[in-house]
Amino acid sequence: MSQVRLLVGTRKGAFILTSDGKRNNWQVSGPHFAGWEIYHLKGSPADPSRLYASQSTSWFGQLIQRSNDGGKTWEAVGNKFAYDGVPGTHQWYDGTPHPWEFKRVWHLEPSLTDPDTVYAGIEDAALFQSTDGGHNWQELSGLRGHGTGPNWQPGAGGMCLHTIILDPANPNRIFIAISAAGAFRTDDAGKTWRPINQGLYSKYIPNPTAEVGHCVHHVAMHPQRPGVLFMQKHWDVMRSDNAGDSWQEVSGNLPTDFGFVIDVHAHEPETVYVVPIKSDSEHFPPDGKLRVFRSRTGGNEWEPLTNGLPQENCYVNVLRDAMSVDSLDQCGIYFGTTGGQVYASADAGDSWSPIVRDLPAVLSVEVQTLR
Amino acid sequence: MIRVMLPQHLRTLAHVGAELTLEVMPPITQRSVFDALESRYPMLRGTIRDQVTHQRRPFLRIFGCEEDLSHEPPDAPLPAAVVSGAEPLIIIGAIAGG
Repeated sequence: MSQVRLLVGTRKGAFILTSDGKRNNWQVSGPHFAGWEIYHLKGSPADPSRLYASQSTSWFGQLIQRSNDGGKTWEAVGNKFAYDGVPGTHQWYDGTPHPWEFKRVWHLEPSLTDPDTVYAGIEDAALFQSTDGGHNWQELSGLRGHGTGPNWQPGAGGMCLHTIILDPANPNRIFIAISAAGAFRTDDAGKTWRPINQGLYSKYIPNPTAEVGHCVHHVAMHPQRPGVLFMQKHWDVMRSDNAGDSWQEVSGNLPTDFGFVIDVHAHEPETVYVVPIKSDSEHFPPDGKLRVFRSRTGGNEWEPLTNGLPQENCYVNVLRDAMSVDSLDQCGIYFGTTGGQVYASADAGDSWSPIVRDLPAVLSVEVQTLR
Repeated sequence: MIRVMLPQHLRTLAHVGAELTLEVMPPITQRSVFDALESRYPMLRGTIRDQVTHQRRPFLRIFGCEEDLSHEPPDAPLPAAVVSGAEPLIIIGAIAGG
């Protein structure tokens, strides 16, 4: 019997929600690490019992927790993230040089094949790798060192490396994204990197088509078609059909093309989901209506999905890592809100219901499909 | 034995009670106490002081004998009452927010 396990990171702890494959009845476990911010937790595709969690507070700094039993018990592992060599400087908000300083881990991406290998995307933006189950971390410094690093600048949420996508067809290819530098790709397992931002247009930066400087909010890929990427940029929903070499806008008929999350249906590579947010200064859904928008055409043509979602007086946000899809035959979609709700759809978005309503603000949602 | 009191979240992390005791080799300073603390409880590394610079985390304060020792040099001797174990070294999370 299939089982689904949701890993939910919040402002005040982690929660683990489990259900059988029908996804009607959910058990809630938590808070784990009560009182701590859990920016992200994710399970290993190679060993679903192996979980990694990013735990932090302003008081006590960053911890990495690891579970070997699906989240029943946890062990603090390595939390030393030292930049490789002399860290150097990036640009501060006012354009002056600012030293690279470690602040927190935004995203943990376990290897597709090895439970002991995991990548960490951190603020100030850099990519780290552990090959011993999280005990020791080494920077893949070719990213910051490829040349554009000194020109990177933080977005409003900090200069965070928030997206890490491992190419299932090419173990040497990794995509990452940084706010507000843009998207980058390596084809040699992290040694060398290059910006992949051609086609992005950001009218709020001095050169709207610059090589770097774009506030990419999230990128998603369908594992069976790793050359096709979908991006929710600060403004604009984008698509690339050549692994990021160039991008085209596919915002189409969205009510607003600002937002944070974007994800792809588990079995339909042209079915994409976003949650439009009114604007960069009003981080809530337009008209107080929480709507997921689905495109079955790979973008441009979008339909609102509202069945079971609040359609009045709803002013929550859905943050960049807070949407995920399961891989059951009838694809399940999940997202969490800053209002503490986690919504689930067991029918690819046609209908929704809240699993929980009153968690702390949700920072991330990841799903594991357990067979 | 040196007595150390941790804030609640670090007690939970280290699986200890309100107060713990440490055997610390002289000289008894903030540095030597934190070295011993992190050696015995490795999960606390980085939570009280930065792992690279060893600077105290900004939202934490260090008290002993009703004195704020937060800005004392890390190698300054701790008060005699802390060294003798009569008084604990207290690590406190700053009260912040509103």
